[in-house]
Amino acid sequence: MIKFFLMVNKQGQTRLSRYYEHVEINKRTMLEAEVIKNCLSRSKDQCSFIEYKDFKLVYRQYAALFIVVGIDQTENEMAVYELIHNFVEVLDKYFSRVVSEIE
Amino acid sequence: MPAPIRLRELIRTIRTARTQAEEREMIQKECAAIRSSFREEDNTYRCRNVAKLLYMHMLGYPAHFGQLECLKLIASQKFTDKRIGYLGAMLLLDERQDVHLLMTNCIKNDLNHSTQYVQGLALCTLGCMGSSEMCRDLAGEVEKLLKTSNSYLRKKAALCAVHVIRKVPELMEMFLPATKNLLNEKNHGVLHTSVVLLTEMCERSPDMLAHFRKVRQLSSSQLVPQLVRILKNLIMSGYSPEHDVSGISDPFLQVRILRLLRILGRNDDDSSEAMNDILAQVATNTETSKNVGNAILYETVLTIMDIKSESGLRVLAINILGRFLLNNDKNIRYVALTSLLKTVQTDHNAVQRHRSTIVDCLKDLDVSIKRRAMELSFALVNGNNVRGMMKELLYFLDSCEPEFKADCASGIFLAAEKYAPSKRWHIDTIMRVLTTAGSYVRDDAVPNLIQLITNSVEMHAYTVQRLYKAILGDYSQQPLVQVASWCIGEYGDLLVSGQCEEEEPIQVTEDEVLDILESVLISNMSASVTRGYALTAIMKLSTRFTCTVNRIKKVVSIYGSSIDVELQQRAVEYNALFKKYDHMRPALLERMPVMEKVTTNGPTEIVQTNGETEPAVLETKPPPSGLQPTNQANDLLDLLGGSDITPVIPTAPTSKPASAGGELLDLLGDLNLTGSPVSAPAPQIAQPPFLLDGLTSQPLFNDIAAGIPSITAYNKNGLKIDFTFERSNTNPSVTVITIQASNSTELDMTDFVFQAAVPKTFQLQLLSPSSSVIPAFNSGTITQVIKVLNPQKQQLRMRIKLTYNHKGSAMQDLAEVNNFPPQSWQ
Repeated sequence: MIKFFLMVNKQGQTRLSRYYEHVEINKRTMLEAEVIKNCLSRSKDQCSFIEYKDFKLVYRQYAALFIVVGIDQTENEMAVYELIHNFVEVLDKYFSRVVSEIE
Repeated sequence: MPAPIRLRELIRTIRTARTQAEEREMIQKECAAIRSSFREEDNTYRCRNVAKLLYMHMLGYPAHFGQLECLKLIASQKFTDKRIGYLGAMLLLDERQDVHLLMTNCIKNDLNHSTQYVQGLALCTLGCMGSSEMCRDLAGEVEKLLKTSNSYLRKKAALCAVHVIRKVPELMEMFLPATKNLLNEKNHGVLHTSVVLLTEMCERSPDMLAHFRKVRQLSSSQLVPQLVRILKNLIMSGYSPEHDVSGISDPFLQVRILRLLRILGRNDDDSSEAMNDILAQVATNTETSKNVGNAILYETVLTIMDIKSESGLRVLAINILGRFLLNNDKNIRYVALTSLLKTVQTDHNAVQRHRSTIVDCLKDLDVSIKRRAMELSFALVNGNNVRGMMKELLYFLDSCEPEFKADCASGIFLAAEKYAPSKRWHIDTIMRVLTTAGSYVRDDAVPNLIQLITNSVEMHAYTVQRLYKAILGDYSQQPLVQVASWCIGEYGDLLVSGQCEEEEPIQVTEDEVLDILESVLISNMSASVTRGYALTAIMKLSTRFTCTVNRIKKVVSIYGSSIDVELQQRAVEYNALFKKYDHMRPALLERMPVMEKVTTNGPTEIVQTNGETEPAVLETKPPPSGLQPTNQANDLLDLLGGSDITPVIPTAPTSKPASAGGELLDLLGDLNLTGSPVSAPAPQIAQPPFLLDGLTSQPLFNDIAAGIPSITAYNKNGLKIDFTFERSNTNPSVTVITIQASNSTELDMTDFVFQAAVPKTFQLQLLSPSSSVIPAFNSGTITQVIKVLNPQKQQLRMRIKLTYNHKGSAMQDLAEVNNFPPQSWQ
């Protein structure tokens, strides 16, 4: 199950967030900060799946924008990885130059 | 009032803020404007304001004052209003807020709206945040929409049904008839959501699962063949622009179907058989050049491993995973390692074939991959490959990140224990671990290791020599130093005598050994525990070394005034050993016998703390269940007092505060009491030589004339126990109670044991009873004497426990005696 969907830029500013489970509003900012810290510390040749607390993070980087999806054990990580790309392509089709805009 | 700014402008403004404080200021200003606008009940701009509010909420600022506004928007007739209103409801409202129930009516109306988009909005919102009451009310509407022919609505209704089922599982049956035709759709959206709905139903309820599995009359309506057919179409059909992702047709739907097949096929032979073909087909036909194909293969492999597939298929699956491991893409390797970890228990041999690739992954740069590879490597170690694997793992231990070292070290220890080909190899491996990752080794490894060393008797000389060499250079790694000090303490004589078969013996003098131990003691890097080890080791050497005893005495006496309480206590006791109890010293400090294997990984066991189980040395009695909690004072005192008392009772540790200073006698005096809770075994102590003053050989007569009245302490089931009292003249705080137990039934009571406990302010001593059989028909009694010391002259209370065998069965009873006459304790 997807727990949350985040779009965060390199400076740590949240551009989009959608939570599918209840999380307190002050905990959200903390969560986002930690998540982006984890993603920023990864290098290029490391895999895109991070184990974080009791769920997994699947992240994908587009220039200066990180898209991070939190999933639990029942999801197929690679399918979610594809899903992220699909999402970006859809956005691109509807609103052009979406990545640079969001950045 | 000027028109409120649009959302886009707000976003642009916020983005220009350079600091967090600036951003907060802007947002607060805007919030104030929005709030006043809400107060004015402005219909035209409400939508815009709520949109801005939602954006600010997403950034993390509180927005609860917008909840009612969302409701108003939902109730409006304009589509744009409804859209924002429902979005707001999904983000801001949930079942925790009471206002959400007000939405129920709106949603109900909108579910029956003429426009499908409005209906869709309502379904979406209900499926996102509907509470159980709302779901119950609206489930009927959702079910109706599930049967409609409009695919846009059908797919949303299916997802909404999933949420309803999650919230109110009892309603699952309601949706069952509607699912019959769901899979006949052509629209992939509907197919996808229907599969999700079916998956949810099967996961939640085993009845549903059985229902979907069973054979029905028309084979076309069976679920598994239907799914297989859909999957086949997806794979075989040509290019379909609508659903294509990098050359594969709708991979998301394929993955979902595969997952549902997994749930259906688990533990079910018939279903598994029906899907064997399609799984083989998917596994062989899918393109693996892109990530998409690999995602599908991954799901296929998971499914094959989970269902009751035939062995050929399983081998195919593991080979796919092996291929993944060789792929350059990190994600795929990670995924492969994770799946292999899951399957290694069941298909051990097949996974062994890929062992070399797995071991290579240990050298990968990625942290997640390394961790997986490490876990998998440990799972793959067996008797045949242990040497090779260990080499790799030790190399890994050298070079890995600190967060892995502890786990790796523990894993190596476990594996070495299970599969060590020879003792020497085992010890070498452990030494290697201690020297490379010494400070990360877990605390319980030290006693385990010590026990292992004692057990390998022929290796003692070799071991101690190697350990000595190891700490010569560097004594900062605590576990290593602890083990080394212990060994040097035990086997120091072997070290200086220079006997060693396995290796070139080194020339070491006694002074050098003492030098190294003293430097451990002095060093700032040594932990308190380590210092304790070192001091005890030095002490033990006093019997093993011949020419340096004076030096040892000096060291020990220096630490008698150490600031560290533990060290001071030890030093003082050892000093006492030199002075008063010198005759006992050799016996005490003898070589440790081979220890019994105690279970590892026991969280509560402090088995041989600091290697000190000196009570075990005196093998006159069986070791006290190996679980003596540490209390240095007690251990030593048990020994010194123990030679006089048989058996030594595992004394209640809590009641004995360890006092530094050598008041040994007082502590020894305390030992002989049985004032502990009833759990202590019935003490049959012979008269100890030193006891509470005035009790031993004092005549027990009673000056206070005409006696204290005796009481019946217990009378049940034919067993009667009377207490008679006497006070000692010499010590007015002592009361002597004589109990008489008699049996009025027709059968004897055998193995009679009387135990007593008193409150903390008292002290109790039980002497031996006259016998353990109470003859029947009151023809005889058992007498036993209890001495009670009552220095604070408090009211005497006692709890007694009686155990005996009667009429062939074991009886046990607990009772409290409160009716002591006042003269017995005042």
